[in-house]
Amino acid sequence: MTDTGFGVDGTVQDDVKPAGPAVVYRHRLATRVWHWTNVVTLFIMLMSGLTIFNAHPRLYWGQYGANHDHAWLQIGSADNRGYLRVGEATVDTTGVLGRWTNASGNTVNRAFPYWATIPSSYNLAVARHWHLFFAWIFAAGILLYALWSLFSRHLTRDLLPTRKEIAPAHIIHDVAQHARLRFPKGEAARRYNVLQKLSYCGVLLVLLPAVVLTGLTMSPAMNAAWPFLLEIFGGRQSARSIHFIAATLLVLFILVHVAMVVLAGPINEIRSMITGRYRLPKE
Amino acid sequence: MVFSPTRRGFLTAGLLGAAPLVLSGCDVFGLAQSQTVNDALGSSEDLARHVQRLLGGEALAPEFEEAEMSPLFRTNGNIMPADPAYQALAQRNFAGFSLAVDGLVERPMQFTLAEIMAMPSRTQITRHDCVEGWSAIGKWTGVPLSRLLGQAGLKPNARYVVFHCADDFSGSKYYESIDLDAAHHPQTILAYGMNNAPLPIPHGAPLRLRVERQLGYKQAKFVTRIESVASLDGLGGGRGGYWEDAIGYDWYAGI
Repeated sequence: MTDTGFGVDGTVQDDVKPAGPAVVYRHRLATRVWHWTNVVTLFIMLMSGLTIFNAHPRLYWGQYGANHDHAWLQIGSADNRGYLRVGEATVDTTGVLGRWTNASGNTVNRAFPYWATIPSSYNLAVARHWHLFFAWIFAAGILLYALWSLFSRHLTRDLLPTRKEIAPAHIIHDVAQHARLRFPKGEAARRYNVLQKLSYCGVLLVLLPAVVLTGLTMSPAMNAAWPFLLEIFGGRQSARSIHFIAATLLVLFILVHVAMVVLAGPINEIRSMITGRYRLPKE
Repeated sequence: MVFSPTRRGFLTAGLLGAAPLVLSGCDVFGLAQSQTVNDALGSSEDLARHVQRLLGGEALAPEFEEAEMSPLFRTNGNIMPADPAYQALAQRNFAGFSLAVDGLVERPMQFTLAEIMAMPSRTQITRHDCVEGWSAIGKWTGVPLSRLLGQAGLKPNARYVVFHCADDFSGSKYYESIDLDAAHHPQTILAYGMNNAPLPIPHGAPLRLRVERQLGYKQAKFVTRIESVASLDGLGGGRGGYWEDAIGYDWYAGI
């Protein structure tokens, strides 16, 4: 099979049932390998990242920021309650954030709970080892996949929305269809719909580069080597805040992504990400 | 209808969603508690050091304006060494203090504070980054470390510079070390002044190391002796610094 992307010439007929639904070659090897690598690395990055956040559960804007300075976000505990404060708004988060019960039944005053962190008991040195080791794999994967997408024309052919697709009327129509859980079927399911394209482009072109570059911006040695990073993000503490926000948006993407896989037919979807072959939903 | 696969899918997705919780709950099957795994993952420290040296070379850490300084520079770690000899010196405003420079040097030396302050100095407004995540910007004045090392004359087999300090954690004196690249960097100074005033005791008086481009635990406070060595094996637990030995922080703290 020539490697030219799904929906172009990748259609294969099911040999057993010639009249059966069309199966298309949807995900090329690079996409599949990168996807499953990310399933592992992204969870390790997120969970070890939460341990690192727990070392100083306050976020600031600007070049500097420490305990005497104003934090725009803070997770803490006071009066036997856990809380999350964003700006002036404070939410009681006892049991989940700030103050919670660990696996042994002991109450712990710490930002993110044990089940969300690597390692499960606070250890900054170990968390940094996990985070900074898998960061290489994570970042290399993003770079290679971005380059592959560019040169294989995966980006322009499959991911970037067309002018017609980003017309407001078209987007509103797609949102309405999604809200009714009506997903593209048959021929229309050959290609990503505009909401998929926007999400994948947002992740590949915005969130992932942002999370890697803000991570580098927090490195004092990188600030010397590449001082423009501080200019781009407005300081080390701003970079730390953006790093956290980008990671939060990635979690949000994962939640929606998994929900969509479930709603669109998980067996077919997951199989397509393993074998590459996707059965077009019947009209 | 597609209800059945969808319902099955909910179960699948539920399991998928629960996977990270399970991973964390048992610490990725105990991997996160394994010393071998931790050491293997820690090997990326060398990669970071080589790549950052390659990209950065001798590049200077960013320097800031006075207007960009932290209004209040927080303290952490030890803020008053328990050592009686140190406290006696502090009471005399460090009159009688001397810094030893020895180890693998041609001429072991002792410098009084007055001698150090009479040397050409460097003043830099830089950002201090704690490994925990916070940052503070302060102004440091001190003598370039390369000048002290130059006067003592490093022997050809010298590879690292060790800083011995007056403060201790549970009886173990603080120590840190850097390689010669960091030691000879123009921004690497022994600071005796901070924010236009003598270096305060909580920030490491009379002398603290500033090795910009690395994290806060490398910035040894209360330095009393500088030792040139060929290897870090004989120092403490062999990992090159107090926190490196005590809890496993990376010796190279550029990220």
